[in-house]
Amino acid sequence: MLRFITSRFLQSLLALFLVITATFFMVRFVPGGPFTAEKAVTPEILRNLEAHYGLNKPLWRQYLDYLGSLAHGDLGPSFKYPNRTVNEILSDKLPVSAELGAESLAVALVLGIGLGTLAAIRRNTWVDYLASGFGMTGISIPTFVVGPLLVLALAIHAGWFNASGWYEPADRVLPCLVLGLAYAAPISRLTRGGLLEILHQDFIRTARAKGASEFRVVTRHALRGGLLPVVSFLGPATAGILTGSFVIETIFQVPGVGREFVNSAFNRDYTLVLGTVILYAALIMALNLAVDIAQAWMNPKVRLES
Amino acid sequence: MPSRLIASLFLSLLVAAGCARKENPPVGTATALAKKILRVGNGTEPQDIDPQTITGTPEYRLMISLYEGLVALAPDGKTLEPGVAERWEVSPDGLTYTFHLRANAKWSNGQLVTARDFVRSAQRMLTPALGADYSYMFFYVGGGEDYFHGKLKDFSETGFQAPDDRTLRLTLRQPTPFLLQAMLHHAWFPVPIDVIAKFGGLDRKGSDWTRPANFVGNGPFVLTEWRPNQVIVVKPSPTYWDRARVKLDEIQFFPVELAETEERMFRTNQLDLTYEVPLSKIPVYRREQPEVLRTDPYCGVYFYRFNVQRKPFDDVRVRRAFALAIDRESLVKNVTLAEEQPAFALVPPGVGGYQSRHHLTGDIAEAQRLLAEAGYPGGAGLPKIELLYNTLEKHRTIAEALQQMWRKNLGIDLTIYNQEWKVYLDSQKTTNFQIQRAGWIADYVDPHVFFDLWRTGGGNNNTNWGNAEFDRLLTQSLDAKTTADRYEVYQRMEKILLDELPVMPIYFYTYTRLVRPDVKNFRTTYLDNYPWKYVELAP
Amino acid sequence: MSTAATTIATEPIEKGNSLWHDAWLRLQKNKLAVFGLWALIVTTLTCVTGPWLMHYGYEEQNLDLGAVRPSAAHWLGTDTLGRDLLVRLLFGGRISLAVGLAATLVALSIGVTYGAVAGFFGGKLDAVMMRAVDIMYSLPFAIFVILLMVFFGRNIVLLFVAIGAVEWLTMARIVRSQVMAIKKMEFIEAARSLGFGRRRIIFRHILPNVLGPIIVYTTLTIPGVMLLEAFLSFLGLGVQPPMSSWGVLIKDGAEKMEEFPWLLIFPGAIFSLTLFSLNFLGDGLRDALDVRSSKD
Repeated sequence: MLRFITSRFLQSLLALFLVITATFFMVRFVPGGPFTAEKAVTPEILRNLEAHYGLNKPLWRQYLDYLGSLAHGDLGPSFKYPNRTVNEILSDKLPVSAELGAESLAVALVLGIGLGTLAAIRRNTWVDYLASGFGMTGISIPTFVVGPLLVLALAIHAGWFNASGWYEPADRVLPCLVLGLAYAAPISRLTRGGLLEILHQDFIRTARAKGASEFRVVTRHALRGGLLPVVSFLGPATAGILTGSFVIETIFQVPGVGREFVNSAFNRDYTLVLGTVILYAALIMALNLAVDIAQAWMNPKVRLES
Repeated sequence: MPSRLIASLFLSLLVAAGCARKENPPVGTATALAKKILRVGNGTEPQDIDPQTITGTPEYRLMISLYEGLVALAPDGKTLEPGVAERWEVSPDGLTYTFHLRANAKWSNGQLVTARDFVRSAQRMLTPALGADYSYMFFYVGGGEDYFHGKLKDFSETGFQAPDDRTLRLTLRQPTPFLLQAMLHHAWFPVPIDVIAKFGGLDRKGSDWTRPANFVGNGPFVLTEWRPNQVIVVKPSPTYWDRARVKLDEIQFFPVELAETEERMFRTNQLDLTYEVPLSKIPVYRREQPEVLRTDPYCGVYFYRFNVQRKPFDDVRVRRAFALAIDRESLVKNVTLAEEQPAFALVPPGVGGYQSRHHLTGDIAEAQRLLAEAGYPGGAGLPKIELLYNTLEKHRTIAEALQQMWRKNLGIDLTIYNQEWKVYLDSQKTTNFQIQRAGWIADYVDPHVFFDLWRTGGGNNNTNWGNAEFDRLLTQSLDAKTTADRYEVYQRMEKILLDELPVMPIYFYTYTRLVRPDVKNFRTTYLDNYPWKYVELAP
Repeated sequence: MSTAATTIATEPIEKGNSLWHDAWLRLQKNKLAVFGLWALIVTTLTCVTGPWLMHYGYEEQNLDLGAVRPSAAHWLGTDTLGRDLLVRLLFGGRISLAVGLAATLVALSIGVTYGAVAGFFGGKLDAVMMRAVDIMYSLPFAIFVILLMVFFGRNIVLLFVAIGAVEWLTMARIVRSQVMAIKKMEFIEAARSLGFGRRRIIFRHILPNVLGPIIVYTTLTIPGVMLLEAFLSFLGLGVQPPMSSWGVLIKDGAEKMEEFPWLLIFPGAIFSLTLFSLNFLGDGLRDALDVRSSKD
């Protein structure tokens, strides 16, 4: 196990390095730069700005400089927000997104796994239709529709919440609900599908034959194997949900890091793009590792191969 | 396993909720009103609050609360009145401006605002290493440009002089009749040089001096809180010379990016004043709540650029045909919706008192005739034409509407396509387009802005068009003895533009926003730079 | 369209009573699945042929008319430029269904093959392949799309490439985990001991047993693909106006839902109907292909 994790860590480090390198050069080849503005900037000013941020050096030199400061944990200054560093922006905003993400994930897991399980056990009954109907509705209505709809209903007409913001505890409810529902839908579908695969396997029949209650059969035996697809889905989904959602954060005015993923690319804020990418990549790799471990545990036949 | 997983997730949820940082919420309407807190939607998160390095509109609106220049806007939002300078004189040749600073103008740290502060601020602005986009606004003063280019080493040899603490003398390179108007721009606001020096050097952009704890300004308000992407809070500055006139107790600026979100916040009483109004809501408010909808002229023009080096727009007849064949009235009435003025000239009506004498005239029949003359009768034989716009619903809708008008009136099938903002700017800079959507908002209220744009090879021209006579007139205009003489020159220049049409004007901008009736004495000015110090809250 | 169904139906059926043949028979007994299949066929046919029967063009405007409610002249109303929504919806359907089908097929074929190979062989190959997936997950998508456009211009094929490039990743991970679980089962060991080739084992013995999750995840991918298309149009890739797609129509409708609800309701309804049909069909297929459950 330890050997497996060490080996994966080293692999991921290499992968991370490749991601950084690829991103570093990709952003530079995109037209427009951090100082491209609607009103023309005189060449002198542009030269000075570039000199200020070291953009006048040869690209390979900038790359090495970046790696050098990265080795010291310094992600550099932001181009768009000159008085803030990338480290500062990420450490300010990640906790907000992570909080929103964790709460939404809880909503998504409880609802998704719960409804999916119900649907699988009571397959082709009204319970299944209701639960599956929820899942299908959830995946066919995008968040940019659900969000404003809930705001109109619960904030503007009922007056229970603020329309947006992230100031009071009550402000968490709507964004968490919308984001949670968006993930609950696919999770419920995957749970149902996964469980149906398992519920007819021999070992479940054996358990049933031995007189175990249906509840026990499901929780003790079936979910373990039936959640495999859900768990595979959860790796990248959790990385996505914890690093925030562009749509939700924009609609609800949440000061999270999710918006920076998209906006930094639009602003050509090279360092911030790299910062967000590193953050996301590290999370993806850590979570996919966790998923692999979880899957080995869920299915004893799967061995961790290093 | 899942039950345990769920239980632990619930636990983490509780923990997360418990640890949720306690943040003081925005105050509800009733309280906000009683406490005289104005809540303003302010577009995007400001880049910084250093008036010398920022460039955006949201930042400008913030700057007006935090700093004050030599001159200021009067409560009518149009005329100039004394700011830090209590009076000034201009020499008869228009080359020397002498400002007399008031004795009680103070920084928020209690120190006096001196003439030397203005000189040193100008020096910082002209330091190339700072990389300030608006440095060119200081080139009007003698030696400014040379110092910026390093041709002049000693700043004391420039036209920025402070004979004593309360006298500032500016000696200009050539007469600049709009200098006082330009001084309303944030680039001309003084900055606290000593404070900036303490936090890492004058030529360093983005040092810590703009943090709330370190901030020093000379405006009616001071920065007390800055939560990125959440809120910026300013409170009245106790040291401001005109403190008695400041009526609000606090302003909260909310960086709300999405117009739809902002409008919903307005409806739940989270905002008193919005930054914009979603297009589809304008008719609704006009119908149902006209008292909260404000629509005012805005000093800018919306136009399409032609690339005069690409076929078929190298032919002025084709450009003219395109410009004539659209129905501007229908466009502003049915598509842009905000009472914009259809543009048949290039300068918005009444900028600095200038009224365009020449206009784009001609009907669709003439457009068709011109197109035929150019060798494309009924659009036949035209090369593939593509129209570039940047990704925004409004630009798309306008382009779609015009596309249909050209098809109907001229028989032209052109393609419209969008690019993401910075790619679009790159195409603009390299004139990699045939027709391009664009707009221009003035930095100061003077017709000069709208002519300077089209200087041959000017950085903002981007049409490949140039005209020697036009350039000559542009230089000549500044030497005119009176404003009337100067405007006569502009009329001739506008005639050239309308004859050659490197761009086709579409409409003049308006500014639309929602304002709660409790907000008193607020105006949307031509540049949306109304001083916050006059604004009041009262039921 | 119905991606899976039609290909399955036309697949040369091996030796009469094969898995596919049985499945097809079972599928026909599932009312919801049959409904889904028909709904998809009808929607597709309407989108393909409908516009020829209409007397409005998708780009035809009536600025003075503006946005009006559904009426006899315009069955689903008009948008703010006075264009007939029904026609736009049908044209948009062509784009969305085509994107949904093509990009999903790209994602499906890459994802399933990739995941199956990685899962089956395991070891170093798996490690390399999965780290490559991690890398692809992490690259900034907006930058990737802008670069694609800069180098290849605006092109509908790019749209499929861009969408396919991101959508296959999770599919690969799901298939891989399933294959890893199944490859250790007795019947696979038996197939190995019979000396079957790896390719045959993967495609004949393993994949049929992971079809369930593949189908379920595919039905989850399609809405994502269709909505992603709207985001890509925003970046300038994808369909250019005045042509539209369901994703773009829904996005526009969402911004005007209070003033002109029909601009959201109708595109949303047809989008949901299509996705429900796909899910019914997917569930039916899943059940029909589940050999073990049929023995119950």
